[in-house]
Parts: sequence; structure tokens; C-alpha cells
Amino acid sequence: MTAATEQLAPSAPAVEEHRAKRNLLPYFLLAPGVLWLVIFFLIPIITAVSASVQTGSLDEGFSLTWRWANYSDMFSTYNAEIVHSMIYSVACTVLCLALGYPLAYFIAFRGGRWKNLLMALVIAPAFTSFLIRTIAWETILADHGWVTRALVDTKVTDVMVNLGLLTNNHQLLNTPFSVVFGMVYNFLPFTVLPLYTSLEKIDPRLHEAGADLYGSGYKTWRYVTWPLSLPGVIAGTLLTFIPAVGDYINAYMLGSPNTQVIGQVIENEALRDQFGYPIASAMGVVLTAGTLLVVMLYVKKAGTEDLL
Amino acid sequence: MSKALDWIKRHMLLAVTLLILLFLVAPNLVMLVFSFNQPPNKYNYIWNKFSTNAWQHPCASSDMCSSIKLSVVIAVIATIGATILGTMVAFAMMRHRFKARSALNVLLFLPMAAPEVTMGMTLVTFFYNTIGSGSLGFWTIVIAHIMFSLSYVVVTVKARLAGMDPTLEKAAADLYATPLQTFRRVTLPLVLPGILAAALLAFALSIDDYIITVLTAGNEVTFPMYVYASFQHSVPAQIDVIGSAMLLVTLAGIVFAQVPQIIRTRRA
Amino acid sequence: MTNLDAGGDLRLVGLTKRFGAFTAVDDLDLTIPQGSFFALLGASGCGKTTTLRMVSGLEDPTAGRIYLGDADVTDTKPYKRPVNTVFQNYALFPHLDIFENVAFGLRRRGVKDVKKAVEDILALVELGHLAKRKPTQLSGGQQQRVAVARALINQPQVLLLDEPLGALDLKLRRQMQIELKRIQTEVGLTFVHVTHDQEEAMTMADTIAVMNAGGIEQMGSPEELYENPATTFVANFLGQSNLVAGSITGKDGDTVTVEAHGSRIVLPAARSRVESGAAIIGVRPEKVHLVHGGQDAPAGRNVFTGGVVTDASFIGVSTQYLVKMPWGEELAVFEQNTGQEIFRPGSEVSLHWDPSQTFGLDGSQDIEAGAEIDDEAAS
Repeated sequence: MTAATEQLAPSAPAVEEHRAKRNLLPYFLLAPGVLWLVIFFLIPIITAVSASVQTGSLDEGFSLTWRWANYSDMFSTYNAEIVHSMIYSVACTVLCLALGYPLAYFIAFRGGRWKNLLMALVIAPAFTSFLIRTIAWETILADHGWVTRALVDTKVTDVMVNLGLLTNNHQLLNTPFSVVFGMVYNFLPFTVLPLYTSLEKIDPRLHEAGADLYGSGYKTWRYVTWPLSLPGVIAGTLLTFIPAVGDYINAYMLGSPNTQVIGQVIENEALRDQFGYPIASAMGVVLTAGTLLVVMLYVKKAGTEDLL
Repeated sequence: MSKALDWIKRHMLLAVTLLILLFLVAPNLVMLVFSFNQPPNKYNYIWNKFSTNAWQHPCASSDMCSSIKLSVVIAVIATIGATILGTMVAFAMMRHRFKARSALNVLLFLPMAAPEVTMGMTLVTFFYNTIGSGSLGFWTIVIAHIMFSLSYVVVTVKARLAGMDPTLEKAAADLYATPLQTFRRVTLPLVLPGILAAALLAFALSIDDYIITVLTAGNEVTFPMYVYASFQHSVPAQIDVIGSAMLLVTLAGIVFAQVPQIIRTRRA
Repeated sequence: MTNLDAGGDLRLVGLTKRFGAFTAVDDLDLTIPQGSFFALLGASGCGKTTTLRMVSGLEDPTAGRIYLGDADVTDTKPYKRPVNTVFQNYALFPHLDIFENVAFGLRRRGVKDVKKAVEDILALVELGHLAKRKPTQLSGGQQQRVAVARALINQPQVLLLDEPLGALDLKLRRQMQIELKRIQTEVGLTFVHVTHDQEEAMTMADTIAVMNAGGIEQMGSPEELYENPATTFVANFLGQSNLVAGSITGKDGDTVTVEAHGSRIVLPAARSRVESGAAIIGVRPEKVHLVHGGQDAPAGRNVFTGGVVTDASFIGVSTQYLVKMPWGEELAVFEQNTGQEIFRPGSEVSLHWDPSQTFGLDGSQDIEAGAEIDDEAAS
């Protein structure tokens, strides 16, 4: 209390501490959504863990036998598919980044009035059935289509065979190349959107400052733009790689029996194989655990607020 | 010399961008073109001759149209569910304090990042163990769709709320508006575009989903399932018709969404 | 409905607000007379905005009570208090036009026919022709006036203004200061204005309370605070002061004598906050005059000798000097440019001033308190 104020009301009641009121409203708002996710997302994933160590069949039912061998079986039986999944999704992510970054950069900084329209062009195709679009690639990359013929005639396919991308030099389809190609096509918007959001937030005056300091466009990008866009890069990478690992539509439609991936295996085992449930669960568990690991690593570095 | 290099550098970015955009749009163009094709055989891969047959008889295959109907119904219900639940969560996150915020962030992020095949498979296991395998069908699909759309709704509405000046609600309270009145008169009108965008997103996610749907569908056949299955034995031109129609509707929607903005800038 | 019966001072009793370990407002006691234009002046972080928010109801106090007249409104919700706020960023509803913005409070209170009231208040702030526009189509100054109209139309018992002029350019700010003062005089409501701009406070307010670290340093009219500050903080924060440490050597009737660095300083006992011991004497730079080192000062003045001019800035209206004294301190002297000679840097000078313009403060206070906040203080 300071000397200058002598305004104490003569009949003032004792100044007691007010308790902070507990607001329960947020919990009511959160409950339905959170419960939905817990029941239909979290618990199933947890039950998968127990399912993964069971044995039995659809006819006779499954019982918890703690068959950890399911996991080792998974790795031994489906080794090829696991490798395929990893390779394809890594390739897809890298390519998406390589293609998506310039695209996002261009729209963010050179787009001007057309920014929104261009982004719409990037997103809009994604709104039309991706299955049909993937089928459309069948048409474009068809064996006797002009794209294939052009690449064969220019001997590009020979080079690609040597690189292991194609299985023979006159077919673009049913190859690792077409699978990754399709994946890149389908996942590109997932990479571009977070990248664009991140890049768009960068104050263009920083570029001017960078040009002033570094002179060269490359250096400005390397030391100013790139670090600032990093959150978008990471988010884009996460949102691309993780779904890509489990994706199998592209492998199914544009690939061959030699390009099978985990996703197909899981679906097969789960839906078509009598005894397949536990091993499908094991694979699901591994996939999810991997995802969780990657997310946790990211969260450790960057906190959770940027996730959403 | 460096001026020429500059020109190349500047326009290289433009060239690359255009190429990539072309890459993104190519299948849609092919789809559009081939919807006017009369397929030479069961597959619509090779150009035969021009025909509007497919557009005139879009439901030549009745299975296809019933699957479309089913997909739309599911999408509408799932959209309503996901939008309501997700909006509530977004409000709680942006306007209130509560515990376990980090855990909530992770819980909401995971469905966006987790592989669909895992979510679908584990959900089916869950259904098997709880309601039995015989009850897979319409409602299990809806449940699954709400589940994976929720997070996207939350993200979208959150973004819109974040852009809204929080002082506005305080001003409303200062001006004698009860919390309910504040919500109705100030918050809701300002958040509505975000909620609509979220609903649109949920609708798009639902109508095009394959992996989770096929696992939880039981005997039902949605449009993506129809396309996937038909891929094995025939690809009628009608499929391209539907795909093109979806694109045109989407583009129309985007154009329409811009109209109020254009009018506003013209008037000001 | 809201309690809008007439009258009553605004009384804050023991008002406290803590955020965890940080105390923003510390046991504040304050009475603001009804119908006055009151300013809460202080640097950012001093608790003034928090106090305002507690009065409006948008913040709950940790302890203490708030009275409007006889009514205890501490626990009343903000939408039930007859108090309105003009926010720093105006907070105009972007989706409503000006008319609806202004009518908002009336409509929420159930008033059916708002047309006349809105038109009248818009006329008062001279914005009648913009009623159909949206807030984003208005300039900053216009938005500000809408914010005032929107609050005033409800004829609250207290109108709170949270640094409302901060975002305006200088000329507009000056204009609005006069406008607001005029409106307050016209409508006769109690205005509580929170600001860090001391010139603004002094221009507009009848009474100013200077806040520091959650409490009130001094409260009074602008003249009282300026001419006779009670603490070093007020002396430094409000305008500029020359503060010199010394010790009281005697009190003789209504005069106090202080010894400071070898000089004998006298001041009226009524203007000294302490009667014995360590004291800090202060005098405003514009009260001080310079003479050449060799010359004598006029009789009956307080004098400091041995100063050397280190800076002389010609401002137009005045010349502002910095004079370095033998004990190291630099004192400021503002001489009005009435045609007398300018002292060049390096000149040896003596300072003198009328003893009745001196003020005496408690010597244990921090002589630098309130001094370093120049990015907030006006001109």
C-alpha cells in the first residue's frame, strides 16, 4: 500500500482470496470427439497388439497364445514386401519433396494474385476419386501408348532398366517405376500443402535482407528461406512418408506381383487368409509403432503445438 | 552474361512449376478425354472413337450408380458427425484451458499420419471382438469415416478460430451479451466459413476413401470399392464420366467460393 | 437485466491479481469520483490494464472487491455490469456494419427501437454518414470513434478506455484527446483512461493515478503530480526532474534546509515528504536558470555552483542544457528562448532557482526510478 492513497472505505469487508473457478465446459466439448477417437482409433490399435500374438482361424476363433513368433514370421515371410514398402515410400517422399518444394516456393513467392487459384489446382485433382485418376495413369503409361513408345524410341527405357526402375525396356507399367510414379502423383499435394503454408508465412522482406547480406539467390535460400521453411518440410515429410508406407493402391494398380508391399499383405492376410489375422495384426502393430516412433521423435524436437 | 543466367533461373522455376502442374492435372485431362471414348473392349485404355454414349447413359451399370448413392449417403452422415464433433473439439482447444493438451494434440495428429491399412484392420478386429463380424456394414463404415475425418475438421476449424480476434468475444461480453448470445451473434458468424470448409474436407475424404472402407464394409459396396473391383475385369467409360463430373463439380465449387470474395473487392 | 441505476463512485478495495507467482495488481485501494475523467498512468507491465479488466469484469480478481456506488459488483459477470470498454484494438465486429456495431449493446439489452439512439451517438462522433459501412472500410481514427460510440450509447456508469489512442498518428491523437475530453464533459459519465503516455494523461484527465509494479505511486490532479511529486518514480516518470541526494540539516517553522554536495538548499516544509535524515531534493528543469560561473545568482535562490555545460540543444521554444556538476551528476536546464544569450558547451555556469519550486523526497528511494522508460513517454 502506498502512502498517497487514503481511500479505504470505512465499512470494507475483509478482503478474502477468491478461488479460481473450475470451468468444466471444455471437458464437455472435448468428450464426444475424444471418446470417438479413443474407442475407434486408440483401443483398436491397442487390441491389435494382443491380436498379434494370437493363433487360430476365423472358423475356430483366435486365442491368446503369446505367439511372438508371429513377428519373426512376418519378417521372414514378407521380407521382400517390407523392403519394397520402405524403398518405395522413401523414394516417393524424396521425390515429392524435390518436386513439391519448387512448386510450393513458386506459388508462395511468385504466385501473386494467382496464389489461391494455383493452390486450388494443386488440391482440386485430389478431390476427384484418386482411384480413377490412378487408372488414368494406366492409360497414359500404357504399353502401346505414345508416352511409352516415345521413351522406348529414345532409348530412355534402356537406361531405366539399368537403374533397376523397369523390368524390361518396353513396359513402363507393372514396374517399380510406375508404382513410385503413382505414389508421387497421389502424395504430392500432401507434401505441397504444409510446405506452402510454411513458406507463405515467411516475410518477403527477409528475402530482401538476405539478398542484401548474401548477394546470391542460392545463398539467400540456403541460409534464410530453407531454415524458415523447415517446419513445413518436416510436416510435409511426415504427412507423406507415413501414409506412403501403408499405401498399396498404387502398388496394386500400377505394379505387378513383384512389387507387392506391406499394405497388400496386410489386406490379404486379414481379409482372405483364414489364419492370417495374427500376422496381419503383427504387421499393423509394427507399422503403427514405427509411425509413433517417428512422430515422437518429431514431437521431441518441435513440441506438439505445431502438429496440428 | 549473368543477366541471361538470371533469366534462365527465373524462368526455370516457372517451367518446373508448370511441368509439375501439368503432371498433376494430366490424369484429369485424360479422364475427361476418355469419357468421350467408346472403349474398344472391356478396358477404356485405348482411344477408339468419339462417343457421348457414356455421358448419356452414366448408369448403364446399375451397380455403379447404387454404389455412388451409397457413397454419397455415407459421406453426408459422416460429414455431419465429424463436423459437429470436430468443431466442438476445436472450440475447446482454442477458447479454453484444460489439462493434457499435449496428449490431445498427439491423439488428434495420429489418425492423420497413421497408415490407413492399420487403422482399418485394427478397427475391424475391434468390431469382430465387440459386435461380431456379421454386423460389418453401413454403420461401421460411417463410424470409421467419422473417425479419420475428425482430426482434419479440428485442424481446419482451429485455423479459422486462430485467425479470429479473441478480443471480439470479450467486447461482446462487455456489451451485455451472455455467453450464448456471444456465440450466436459474434463467434459463429465469424467461424462459419471454417466450419463449412471443414465439412467440405470431411465430405471429400469420406467419398473417396478406399482402404479403410473396404475393410469395414462387410457386404456393402461404395463407389471407390466398385472402381477398385471393376479394375480387375473391366473399366467402362462411365467411370471416366463420373471422375470428370467430380472434377467439374469441384472446380465449380472453387469458382463459386471465390465469387463472394470477388464481389467484395469490386465493391470496396 | 443490467443494473443501470444512477450514480456512485467507483471504489476498488484491496484489489489484487496474481498470475501464479507474479503479482500484477497489489492490494489496490482507489476511489474514482463519479463524473470525473480519471487516468491510470504507468509503463507497460505496471498493472493498469489488469486493473481495468477487473473493473470491466473480463478478469477475476484474486482478492479484493469492486464497488459501483453501493453495489458490490466483484462477482457480477461482465455482461451484467453497467460498465463498457473501449478496447485498444477497437474490437469492432467485422461482420456487422457500423450501425449494428453501435447498436449491439442496446440490442442485447432488449431495446427494440435503436434507430434514434444510434443516429444521435453517431452524430456526436461525427460518423453518421458511415453507418452502413463495414469496419474494415474505415480509417483508424474513424474506427476509434465507432468504438467510443458503441460503448457510450449504453450510458454506462463507468466508461473504460484501454489505451485507445495508441494506434493513431500524432496529429490524430491530439485531435482525439480533445474530442474525448469534450464528449466526457458533455455526457458527464465517469471515464477511466489507461495509458502510458503521460502527456495524454495530463491533457485529458482531471485526476491521474501513477501506477508502478501493481500499486499506486501517487494520485492527484496533473498539476499536483507534476509540480509536487511524492516519489522519485513520479518525479522521473512524469516529465523530467533533477534529483540530487542530500541530507536534512534542519527544520525551521515552515522551511526545511537540506545540505547537498556542499550547497545549502531550502524548500517549504509543505513540499518535503521527509523531516529528517537522508532526502532527495528535486526541481524541474524549466524552473532552473543559468548564470556564468563567475557571477552571483540573484538573492534568495537555491544555487548549485561549479557546473560545466556539456550539451546545449536549441529546440526552438527553448534551449535544453545538460550541465555536469562537480559530483558527477548531469542536471538538465530548460531555458525559454526569450532572447538571452546561449551558453555554449564548455561554459562554466551556476544553476539557480526559486526555493518554492523545490520538492523534497525520501532519501531512501531509488533516484533512478521511473527514469529509463523513454520509449513509452511522449515527446
